[in-house]
Amino acid sequence: MRVLAALWRHPSGRIGATIIALYLMAALLGAVGITPHNALKQFPIDRLKAPSVNYLMGTDLLGRDTLSRLMLGIGQSFVVAFASVACATLAGTVIGLLAAWWGSLWDGILMRVMDVLLAFPAILLALLIIAIVGPGTFTSVAAIAIVYTPIFARVVRGPALSLKRRDFVDAARTFGSSQGYILTRHLLLNLVAPLTVQVTLALAWALLTEAGLSFLGLGTQPPAPSLGLMLSDSKNLMQHAPWLMLFPGLTIMLGILGFNLTGDALRDILDPRTERRTA
Amino acid sequence: MTALLSVRDLHVGFGRDPRANEVVKGVSFDLEAGRTLAIVGESGSGKSVTALSVNRLVDFGGGRITGGSITLQQDDGTRLDLAAADERMLRHIRGRDIGMIFQEPMTSLNPVHTVGRQIEEAFRLNRGLSGAEARNAAREALERVRIPDAASRLGYYPHQLSGGMRQRVMIAMALASSPRLLIADEPTTALDVTVQAQIMALLAELREETGMTMIFITHDIGLVAGIADRIMVMQQGVVVEQADTSQVLDHPQHDYTRHLLQSVPHFTSGRAARHDGQRTDSKPPLIAVDGLVVRFPVSKGLFHKPAAVHAVDGVDFDLVPGETLAIVGESGSGKSTTARAILGLVQKTRGAIHARAGRGVRPIQMVFQDPFASLNPRLKVESLLAEPAIANGQHKDAALRERMNFLLRRVGLPADALDRYPHQFSGGQRQRLCIARALMLNPEVVVLDEAVSALDVSVQARVLDLLIDLQRELGLAYIFISHDMAVVERIAHRIAVMYAGQIVEIGDAAAVLSDPQHGYTKRLIAAVPAIERRKQRFTLDATQVPSLVRPSGYEPPPARWREAGLDHRVREETA
Repeated sequence: MRVLAALWRHPSGRIGATIIALYLMAALLGAVGITPHNALKQFPIDRLKAPSVNYLMGTDLLGRDTLSRLMLGIGQSFVVAFASVACATLAGTVIGLLAAWWGSLWDGILMRVMDVLLAFPAILLALLIIAIVGPGTFTSVAAIAIVYTPIFARVVRGPALSLKRRDFVDAARTFGSSQGYILTRHLLLNLVAPLTVQVTLALAWALLTEAGLSFLGLGTQPPAPSLGLMLSDSKNLMQHAPWLMLFPGLTIMLGILGFNLTGDALRDILDPRTERRTA
Repeated sequence: MTALLSVRDLHVGFGRDPRANEVVKGVSFDLEAGRTLAIVGESGSGKSVTALSVNRLVDFGGGRITGGSITLQQDDGTRLDLAAADERMLRHIRGRDIGMIFQEPMTSLNPVHTVGRQIEEAFRLNRGLSGAEARNAAREALERVRIPDAASRLGYYPHQLSGGMRQRVMIAMALASSPRLLIADEPTTALDVTVQAQIMALLAELREETGMTMIFITHDIGLVAGIADRIMVMQQGVVVEQADTSQVLDHPQHDYTRHLLQSVPHFTSGRAARHDGQRTDSKPPLIAVDGLVVRFPVSKGLFHKPAAVHAVDGVDFDLVPGETLAIVGESGSGKSTTARAILGLVQKTRGAIHARAGRGVRPIQMVFQDPFASLNPRLKVESLLAEPAIANGQHKDAALRERMNFLLRRVGLPADALDRYPHQFSGGQRQRLCIARALMLNPEVVVLDEAVSALDVSVQARVLDLLIDLQRELGLAYIFISHDMAVVERIAHRIAVMYAGQIVEIGDAAAVLSDPQHGYTKRLIAAVPAIERRKQRFTLDATQVPSLVRPSGYEPPPARWREAGLDHRVREETA
């Protein structure tokens, strides 16, 4: 709650949090079926209508309402983004912590594997994984999670290495505290701040990667609406129906902006230096 | 004679609303040319902020001068109000008229440039010298601060120099422009006592040579006794007393000054050593350390011979119940490594540590130097205190709570402390918290690694009293590691002096302090600043600690011991 209040006081945090809240609301409404029109039903008579009072963001080639489809698409993108970032956070944190704690040989092995994964451009690596397993929502989640795991491993390993040398860890050893206790209470608890920032920023990238994969036809499969898919469908109709490209594009851009602004704000808020001053 | 510097009703504040957040509240003083003013106070007294306001470096730390004037008499006799001067003017003043040396010489030097280049830069900027001229000037500057073999040291990087040498380089840089005023902000706090004595002697000599004016900031009122003409005592942003040195030291007027003078541990050459709990042979030792060796391998790359740092090189001592053994020595002497080896925090290379299994599961506990680093900032006091008990199979029940409350009360912390986080406590309170935590498992031995060094003097005195009381009540034995002879004198029954990884003298505290036998012990004791000895002059001594990096396979010659009295042994010095 304290962090949320601080986020609201932060100028860019307020904008970012508002955007994310609006998106979440749209996704929730879409999920329970409260949309202006049926997102999946085709109205051939109303195809390629420009934005109007009835269709706020126009309709596509099959006469489906763009706004309704966007609401469902946001939901789909958010599910993939949140699920993949959650997996990446879990895997990356465990790998980073253990690499830092065990040190030497294990550190070398784990982090070199992470380096190999990092060496591939994110979208290429995801493409590779999907090419092997086949497209679908679940594969997108897995692919994006694997792509972002090394970043979390690195974010965790650095501070964990320095925390490991702190006096309070030595003190815990003199009491005979178990490794699990030291790892969770003394290391992980002190990593919550950098992890929160990283999670927010990773959500922005995951959103973009998911849209990219869907655009290439490897993510969400039609007829389920998705932001990337809508962009891809619109590219041949750009001159006749520019709204079909404009709105999904703006939706992706604003969503990423929202997460990035929130991430930057959280970085300011959770920075231990500023935190100590306000404490 | 008009004052070189005259400060009137200075107010300095921090933060968004500097007027509401004042740290310095109306300070006034005059400083005549060639005199030295010492500003003394504990942390948070505003002493550093006052001095930093004089050259307006305080602006860069987020501070704002909210009132008053700082008048500096310039070379040509004109007077300039520094509180109102603009940044361009100040840059000129900072380089040429006011020099400054800081507490931490490592962070004040740029690690990627040689010290020669950094001193040359000072000459280039402030005196307009260039090329060979600047190089010559840099060499002369190093010679002036008594750095042996100055010409070759110019090519050294900061990390290749010891702390004392680095501080000399800082002084050389500050003096490059022949400033008329030198501000020294705790210049010796980060240094060992013997090095501190050398730096103080150097500053005193330089002051006589150049006739410069000095502002010396310190928390240690004993330190300035020998160098200051005037002393200004500050408390919470206000000057509580300001007078000539002898006046302040011999006839303090203000309660706080008297309090400071009393709580500074006075070193009295063993006269104040403890006489309770005399050692008898009947008690079997709790801990017996026999031939302890700790070495850290250093690999210097493919083409270098393997070598090792001999951090601890053959240390023997024992500890009987209820006594305090102090291990004294300077940084790098191996005293902390010895303590960590006893706790099993570093791997010993050789030797034996016999600890008698006693009443607790873990009979040896430790209190660390830095109370800020040794408590996890994200845990509440309750979790912090319960950790040792839970780690050893107890559960958070009423009995455990009772014990936590009892220990909190005993170390003098409020009962509601359990629900708070470490950052809500002061340094002294946190150290009490660490002591309470170390006592949770009912140990027999507590290792105190510089446990009071990070505290202000008055807090330090109270924590020492607490430790002595706890020792009597609970029958604890202490291994007290410290560099501060005056503190050691108050708490130790026995003293072991460590130098370069070895114990050079060990024995009864009063005997070692009053009649030191080993050359190093003598040097160490002579370097302790004391108000009583302020008339004595330090002499410059450039002895360097020998390198502890030895080629692999090197073994030190066996120690030969000489008995200097009942329970007082000295290692024979090899020429």
